[in-house]
Amino acid sequence: MNARLLCAAMLCLPILSAIAEPKVAEHVLANGLKVLVKEDHRSPVVVSQVWYKVGSSYEPGGITGISHMLEHMMFKGTDKHPAGEFSRIIAENGGDENAFTGQDYTAYFQTMAADKLEVSMELEADRMRNLHLLPEELKKELQVVTEERRMRTEDNPQGKMQEHFNAMAYSNSPYKHPVIGWPTDIANYTVPDLQEWYQRWYAPNNATLVVVGDVKAEDVFALSEKYFAPLKTSDIKPLKPQNEIEQLGLRRMTVKVPAKLPSIVMGYKVPVLKSAEQEWEAYALEVLAGVLDGGSSARLSSGLVRGKQIAVAAGAGYGLTSRLPDLFELEATPAEGKTLVQMETALKAEVTKLQKNLVSDEELQRIKAQVLASAVYERDSNFYQAMQLGMLETVGLGWQKADEYVAKVNQVTAAQVQEVAIKYLIEDHLNIAYLEPQAINKTTTAKKGGA
Amino acid sequence: MNFKLIGFILLIVSQASFATAKIEHWQTSQGSRVYFVQADALPMADIQVVFDAGSARDGQQFGLAALTSGLLDTGAGQWNADQIALRFESVGANFGTGVSSDTASLSLRTLTEPALFDKALETMHVILTKPLFKKADFLREKNRTLSAIKQREESPAEVANLAFSDKLYGTHPYAHPDSGVMATVKNLKESDLAQFYKKYYVTSNAIVVIVGNLSKQQAEQTAEKLLAGLPTGQKPEPLPDVAMPTQASEQHIEFPSTQTHVLVGLPGSYRKDPDYYNLYVGNHILGGSGLVSKLFSEVRGKRGLAYSASSSFAPMLKPGPFTVSLQTRNDQTKQAVEVLNATLKDFINKGPTQAELDAAKKNIIGGFPMRFDTNKKLATYVAMIGFYDLPLDYLDTFRQKVEETTIASITDAFKRRVNTELLQTVTVGNSATAVAK
Repeated sequence: MNARLLCAAMLCLPILSAIAEPKVAEHVLANGLKVLVKEDHRSPVVVSQVWYKVGSSYEPGGITGISHMLEHMMFKGTDKHPAGEFSRIIAENGGDENAFTGQDYTAYFQTMAADKLEVSMELEADRMRNLHLLPEELKKELQVVTEERRMRTEDNPQGKMQEHFNAMAYSNSPYKHPVIGWPTDIANYTVPDLQEWYQRWYAPNNATLVVVGDVKAEDVFALSEKYFAPLKTSDIKPLKPQNEIEQLGLRRMTVKVPAKLPSIVMGYKVPVLKSAEQEWEAYALEVLAGVLDGGSSARLSSGLVRGKQIAVAAGAGYGLTSRLPDLFELEATPAEGKTLVQMETALKAEVTKLQKNLVSDEELQRIKAQVLASAVYERDSNFYQAMQLGMLETVGLGWQKADEYVAKVNQVTAAQVQEVAIKYLIEDHLNIAYLEPQAINKTTTAKKGGA
Repeated sequence: MNFKLIGFILLIVSQASFATAKIEHWQTSQGSRVYFVQADALPMADIQVVFDAGSARDGQQFGLAALTSGLLDTGAGQWNADQIALRFESVGANFGTGVSSDTASLSLRTLTEPALFDKALETMHVILTKPLFKKADFLREKNRTLSAIKQREESPAEVANLAFSDKLYGTHPYAHPDSGVMATVKNLKESDLAQFYKKYYVTSNAIVVIVGNLSKQQAEQTAEKLLAGLPTGQKPEPLPDVAMPTQASEQHIEFPSTQTHVLVGLPGSYRKDPDYYNLYVGNHILGGSGLVSKLFSEVRGKRGLAYSASSSFAPMLKPGPFTVSLQTRNDQTKQAVEVLNATLKDFINKGPTQAELDAAKKNIIGGFPMRFDTNKKLATYVAMIGFYDLPLDYLDTFRQKVEETTIASITDAFKRRVNTELLQTVTVGNSATAVAK
């Protein structure tokens, strides 16, 4: 059985080398804008993304969430184009567009027919330096963001628990703040706050343009010179490190919210690729996450959902590409009749098992086969490929890390997985939250018409 | 790799698929329709088997179709759930099952390297033809379903959706949720699942979709292998017609949330609807085009009343819902509902302007290649064409049909199909906060 599996996984290697991985072409403008292009000629389309090195982890107290607020305001007009015009022009050219904000980045994207790339380049260059921040637009958009927060957090038991959990787990790391911001911070943004944030971070020397699709790299470079080269740079001061202080013992909390099911989230403080003493530790943690939750055959589904039937759902998560040290998280919803205490014990037993015993060859081979296959599947999506390049570049790892991923995961051994489990999944660095459901009293009334 | 992010201003709505995708079509020796698109750029394939065995086939046993589908990969042939999962995952394949109101489907994404492909395909074949429906697996999955049913009661959005479906469809099989309700799921037995499987998972009720790096001959063999051993059976009876509500209604559900969720609509359009393109293009202008729709502009852009405001048709075998929705702070619900209704009624009365229609056509036609620029999106389209038995040139004629719509044809279609006298309105939220403020 083992021999067959090993063989199966190895078979993927020739496939990968047989289809030459498209190369990423890089060009840096004089003003510092980095342009990355990956050609993919399967379909006459292109995705264009502008990534800024700014996100919620850049924000000081009092204005948390301002990166996300600014993302919304970026659709509200420039010297050349009034509010809403950006979206109208993109739509009229057959494009799809949107934007997203994370802890470590803010990004804007358009997907278009390949021959329309210039439209999006011109508009993105325009709003990189020429945004109009108008009080009346801010007033309305503040309401929109407040509604967004209500939907994502206030009325969402899991969202609420996660927010409280992060605030407890981190002492001084900016990851303690929600990406969308704390309510009173959101309520008190001013135009000057946003203006300052925009001036400080939105500049070619703090951005990466990623283009993936049916284009020629040289053409994209020429277009980027045409539209982005005239933009002025900002004086980007390095961020203060804000290294999280060492946690000196287990932290625990209860979150009481109107809900129907209890749940638990556990998080260990762990290094990421950028902070690990040795790089392999981050890849070993990535593999460890795969051992627990890399599919239906992984330990949490197999052992806790099906085997012991303690959980109706259980998962593990680790993001090795965060800019700052992060949490290795385990979360679960206990099965009817099981308690959160039992759930916690079962999750901890899984961690202990990883510390005491080596993971099996079968598990390692399964994870490696999945990683290899995913590397092929990911190429089905231009958008995903652009995301990967943009994100790696923006957190400071460099886009080249994308090419190393499969090989580095392949090098991880069972002993290394055990080593990181012993070194990092320790009780003193553990944070635990219980969600304790409070009653929901629901009543129905017909105001008009049928029953 | 994980992405932690929020703040998509709106979800991206992806709809259609390769401008020159050539769909090949044939029947297996047992009469199942096969739809195949050769896509050679990547060494992978997406395979789906789709049955007319969705929750609309539940009868009074709401949740039966979903649980039957959910049990398939928990035990089949000589393998238990762990062995099945490992067989797929050890070759890097992704497998899943799922139901909608109309369909039950099994989906596989696999590499096409023969040793890997064959193992994944064999596993899927056994799941499809020899599921065990063992009591232990059944009881566990039933309990998980019951927990999920309980959990949806903590979401105001879910509570609103349930009430809305109920209002629109009454006793029609589209009324109940796919996963069923507490009372019906509790009473299900594993023998019910085995019977449901026996009746509906038959070749005369199956279509096969294959998109990927296979020759036509390989695709033919794949389809034959996959369905080998499945009985021919019979096509199920057509679903009952949907009756329009006889009067408008407004229902409010008290819920301890900070926002009120608002849903307004009625049964809308079906897949072979002659009005489909007029309704589709019209809705694109009204509330289907994300950041530039009328609803988005009126509710969010001009007034900041909501994070999302949109409308949609969900065409199915029978008319699926036409839904207009938003969520807003409890105390401004009345204002938001007024804006929503005024925007809807204004559109139905006046139709789109020429400028709006031109812009919509440019967006839909200009963005056409993005509808199927990945194998995944293309497979979804082909499955839709196959299951609903749409013309094979559906994609080729799509732009032309959009181009042919006019202000008059859209206005006429909306007037006939969206009767504002019959709109069903559901609100879920905390009216006490609304009054207090």
